[in-house]
Amino acid sequence: MTGKPRLAVFKFASCDGCQLTLLDCEDELLALADTLEIAHFTEATRTSLPGPYDLALVEGSITTPEDAERIERVRADSRFLVVLGACATAGGIQALRNFGDVRGFTETVYARPDYISTLEHSTAIADHVPVDFELRGCPIDRGQLLEVITAYLAGRKPRIPDRSVCYECKARGVVCVSVADGTPCLGPVTHAGCGAICPAFRRGCFGCFGPAREPNTPALVRLLREQGEAPEHIARVFRTFNAASPAFRAAAESVDDPDREVRS
Amino acid sequence: MTHRHERTLRVGSLARVEGEGAMHVRLDAGGRVREARLEIYEPPRFFEAFLAGRAYTEAPDITARVCGICPVAYQMSACLAMEDACGVTVGGQLAELRRLLYCGEWIESHALHVHLLHAPDFLGYASGIDMAREHRADVERGLEIKKTGNALMALVGGRAIHPVNVRVGGFHRVPSRSELARFAPELRRALELALETVIWVAGFDFPAAEAKHRLLAVAQGDRYPIDGGQGIATDAGYGFRTADFEDYVFEHQVPHSTALHAELADGSTYLTGPLARYSLHSAKLTRHAAAAARAAGLDAECRNPFRSIIVRAVETVYAIEEALRIIDAYEPPERPWVAVPPRAGRGHGVTEAPRGLLYHRYDIAADGTITQARIVPPTAQNQAAIEAELCELLEAHQGLGDAELTDLCERAIRNHDPCISCSAHFLELHLERS
Ligand code: SF4
Ligand code: SF4
Repeated sequence: MTGKPRLAVFKFASCDGCQLTLLDCEDELLALADTLEIAHFTEATRTSLPGPYDLALVEGSITTPEDAERIERVRADSRFLVVLGACATAGGIQALRNFGDVRGFTETVYARPDYISTLEHSTAIADHVPVDFELRGCPIDRGQLLEVITAYLAGRKPRIPDRSVCYECKARGVVCVSVADGTPCLGPVTHAGCGAICPAFRRGCFGCFGPAREPNTPALVRLLREQGEAPEHIARVFRTFNAASPAFRAAAESVDDPDREVRS
Repeated sequence: MTHRHERTLRVGSLARVEGEGAMHVRLDAGGRVREARLEIYEPPRFFEAFLAGRAYTEAPDITARVCGICPVAYQMSACLAMEDACGVTVGGQLAELRRLLYCGEWIESHALHVHLLHAPDFLGYASGIDMAREHRADVERGLEIKKTGNALMALVGGRAIHPVNVRVGGFHRVPSRSELARFAPELRRALELALETVIWVAGFDFPAAEAKHRLLAVAQGDRYPIDGGQGIATDAGYGFRTADFEDYVFEHQVPHSTALHAELADGSTYLTGPLARYSLHSAKLTRHAAAAARAAGLDAECRNPFRSIIVRAVETVYAIEEALRIIDAYEPPERPWVAVPPRAGRGHGVTEAPRGLLYHRYDIAADGTITQARIVPPTAQNQAAIEAELCELLEAHQGLGDAELTDLCERAIRNHDPCISCSAHFLELHLERS
């Protein structure tokens, strides 16, 4: 023990992109390593020390019975538990299984599905244990990650606004792709954090940061229709990396089931 | 130390690899290897299953999420496969921009593996971060090269992890000549650093080993292969068309892994990745990269997996030189993409991820809906070869104590920079000695 705050990084079902974001902090990595003790971070080090940890960063969703147990132990070992990315906050892209038949999926990929142990649903960490903070994105933003780490080390709340991508376009001076070009864009209902990358590249936002706080999805669904998007396409744009988040899930279902949309 | 009893060695979570897995080996009392398993226990994520029913245009964004370490490889193989299915070829400056983006991924990924994941094995540290206490300059150099790779990905692709700018047919937006030209000085600086890294790693101690497997790499004409190509080259005296991949490579499931095992039609194991690329194509390296390889003591072929760190360092130099060449010759194309109207058909796409060949195949319907997807990632292909290498090492070094032998096995696995997230996913090491 070094007396420094102890950091641990854990991975569940995921692509590793969110934890890689920590190694992508090239300018800050060595300084961070000087101020805290990296007690567990399998992707980066063979050192693996038992808890308790001051701050645990968790990437990935829960998809197996073993992982459902493992996250309980991680929670018990950690003072603060921060979850990273669409996988950990909304079940991730692998939550598309929630809308299909996981048995059938296993049979599509594996000749011997009986060797594979998996849960029917891919779920967010908060569905299993209390979490202290959810950082969104697929992947998360490096600057936001550093803010979260420094905030917890300093004992304050992270300053992460939960408004929409539209604010970031305005802040960056990016012309609205929806208004100017009629490009379908999920920016109005998507959580800020990326810095409006897609509109800056003349592309509509496809929602990788998940829903903003209180998103007006019915209005956006109407706009997408007016822009000529086919209903099955509209349902699909909400069913990507954050498909299982309540707001995007409801939006997709409202398109699948037009009666619901009339009510909304 | 003699072991007259059976030995089982096991490592629970293999470190400094991407994704999750274990290793489990068992030697009998006579020192024969009874089992050498690379257990990929990462939970399966079923990409191939849920791609069915999606639009062909969605494949690049969706398959990027297979792997945060090499998303561009997924995006590029997916784009090539879709364009192949639709009978469209993307050439000229758009193809060059794709190669440029891919160079960014090679630079980033290789710099990460060489400095933070692999070098600590040679110098005896638990991590790159620990290594930085005594080798600060080397680690800082690695981080700076890596940062340049990431910056190049962000410049061309919008961001380093899961770039947003890639689409079937090209890009959403292409950079201006001056945007790229402004970046050239940073690349030139990285080239100097990457050359220093080659010299640094060439001085490490390398255990003797020889990969006896077949080698497989994309063939890209007179270029060192990165972003696509005319077909597949092997060291077996034959090459084949990308479309025939599944006639030459067979995958089967093994009980201990969520990744499938691949082998060639004749049943031989094969290796894909830096050693294969280098051994099949070293004559196509650029000037600095070729000179660096020679100075580092590499011959035209390299079959010692421990020396793959040198090959990665040389390939980093190559990718930087390529990036500079592309930027220098760049003329913005008239449109950021070419139209790729869907049609019913099957398409194949293959590119060189930093860890090796990545094959995609899709069947699409007339309206562009994906009806079937198949993805064969590099680590799944290398898995059987890695297990064979473990067997050889265990037999050659059985006189070592448990800790040293376990270490050596872990290193043998890390030589291949296995990406467990990609393969379905990575690794715990269990070395059994009872
Ligand atoms: S949220 Fe996205 S980037 Fe992060 S681990 Fe999941 S798939 Fe990867
Ligand atoms: S604009 Fe939307 S889809 Fe694009 S990176 Fe930002 S949140 Fe993700």
